[in-house]
Amino acid sequence: MRTVLRGARRAGHLLALPALLLALWWAATARSTDFYFPPLHTILSAFGKTWFSGRLVADVLPSVLRLAAGYAGAVAVGVGIGVLIGSHRRVRLAAEPVLEFFRAVPPPVLIPVLMLFTGIGDTMKITVIVLGSMWPVLLNTAEGVRAIDDVLADTARSYGLTGAARLRRLVLPSAAPQIVTGMRQALSISIILMVISEMFASSSGLGYTIVQFQRGFAVPEMWSGILLLGLLGFALSLLFGRFESRVLRWHRGRRQAQRGKS
Amino acid sequence: MTRTVPIIAKSRSRGGAAPAGRRRAPAAPAAAAPEPRGRGVPDRLLGPLGVAAFLVLLEVVPRSGAVSPDDLPPFSAIARALADEAGDGAFWGALLDTLRGWGYGLAIAIAAGLSLGLLIGSVPFLREATASTIEFLRPIPSVALVPLAVLLYGTRLGSTLMLVVYAATWPVLLQAVHGVQDVDPVARETAATFRFSRWARLRHVVWPTALPYLLTGVRLAASVALILAVAGELIIGAPGLGSEIALAQASNAVADMYALILVTGALGVGVNLLTRALERRVLAWHTSVRTEVPA
Repeated sequence: MRTVLRGARRAGHLLALPALLLALWWAATARSTDFYFPPLHTILSAFGKTWFSGRLVADVLPSVLRLAAGYAGAVAVGVGIGVLIGSHRRVRLAAEPVLEFFRAVPPPVLIPVLMLFTGIGDTMKITVIVLGSMWPVLLNTAEGVRAIDDVLADTARSYGLTGAARLRRLVLPSAAPQIVTGMRQALSISIILMVISEMFASSSGLGYTIVQFQRGFAVPEMWSGILLLGLLGFALSLLFGRFESRVLRWHRGRRQAQRGKS
Repeated sequence: MTRTVPIIAKSRSRGGAAPAGRRRAPAAPAAAAPEPRGRGVPDRLLGPLGVAAFLVLLEVVPRSGAVSPDDLPPFSAIARALADEAGDGAFWGALLDTLRGWGYGLAIAIAAGLSLGLLIGSVPFLREATASTIEFLRPIPSVALVPLAVLLYGTRLGSTLMLVVYAATWPVLLQAVHGVQDVDPVARETAATFRFSRWARLRHVVWPTALPYLLTGVRLAASVALILAVAGELIIGAPGLGSEIALAQASNAVADMYALILVTGALGVGVNLLTRALERRVLAWHTSVRTEVPA
């Protein structure tokens, strides 16, 4: 009985405010004649009409695929170079200022640059996502690899762990918490870049479609696109949370154990 | 000293025109392989050397023809374009516009994030009630607001501000909430025992605990704000460095475009250095006692 009550309370906490806000939005705009803020029910009905009539496959899917490809590339490149830089001290010292500069360049400005090299096709968009969002992964990986516990490294050495086995058993697990932190930052950057690259120059995709609605003053459709982007961001962050708790379960357990002891 | 000569000589003899792109790669592991003893160059010179090597690369690769100079002009051309820009009033105006959008946006975001975060963090009921809403709103990419900003503000400063404020508020808010929650229960109870007023409790117990978290939030927010300020200008066309870049790209002024991009990068580095310096300064009392900040 008590657990049921507690569950109900939790659900209440979880849902009360969102429900309240939605109700407020609904009520405040119900009779709205403001062109820019149409009634919520108009937006919601536009949502169904706009996105479930073929656009989901024609526009949303390509966007998501580009995002996935770019993000995977960014993680692969970031971890690869990060491990390399992190395990050679002098390489790291030499490369660090240049890398810090690249990280500090706001990634959206890469779009016009890459348009020169690769036109405005999928290659450009995926490259923008890779080049723009790999820096947090790279720098965090390098930091994580650098900070490998000396005792562990010595142990691995005395057991004769080298090459791929060392990478798999020692380097990547030790750096995993930092790598995941970098991946989290990279995820939000790559969503931004996906949208921006499509808004800047494209003929398909979620960002492109939303801007087309805005240019055509199709305001309820535009709002529905904003909602969809929000849902996409939310879904991806949920997915990432799952992934994170799975990959780092051992880490969290160890940390709790350490804290419990001290 | 003598031992190191062959390494440098080797890399030099290889560093012809064609393999310039690979010049640094073989040289660097060669220097790192005998890691503990390979002391050709003192450590503190390695960073500047890396930068110099990168600039040389940027000069040589376009000249060698590996990349068309139309796509990537040599560094000297970019530098010349940068010098031209620096003599141009429009450039400084754009820089100022970008800085204004960044600064105002960041200030609003910090004020909003700080006050909301302190409030939410210190009232358990609010914390529980808002958690799901924050978790939903935070991952919404702020660029989703671009079309709305265009409709509401056109290309005025307001549209950039809207993006910047939305994106930069979250890091500050979340860090403030975490910071307030981290207050040591003993300190809290001690303050209660001494009958600290509400204000004194905030000032002497909550604030010092939350400050390191807040500064982390501000550091994150500052770089996010710059990204969004430039992105907004680039897409929407609000005045600033971003729209200058779009303009240079549209008019095929490639060297100018790269020069402007270098400026945005320098701006980013400047923001990072500034926020780190601020952190060090404000937390000078704290770093000495800090062992580990729980995530």
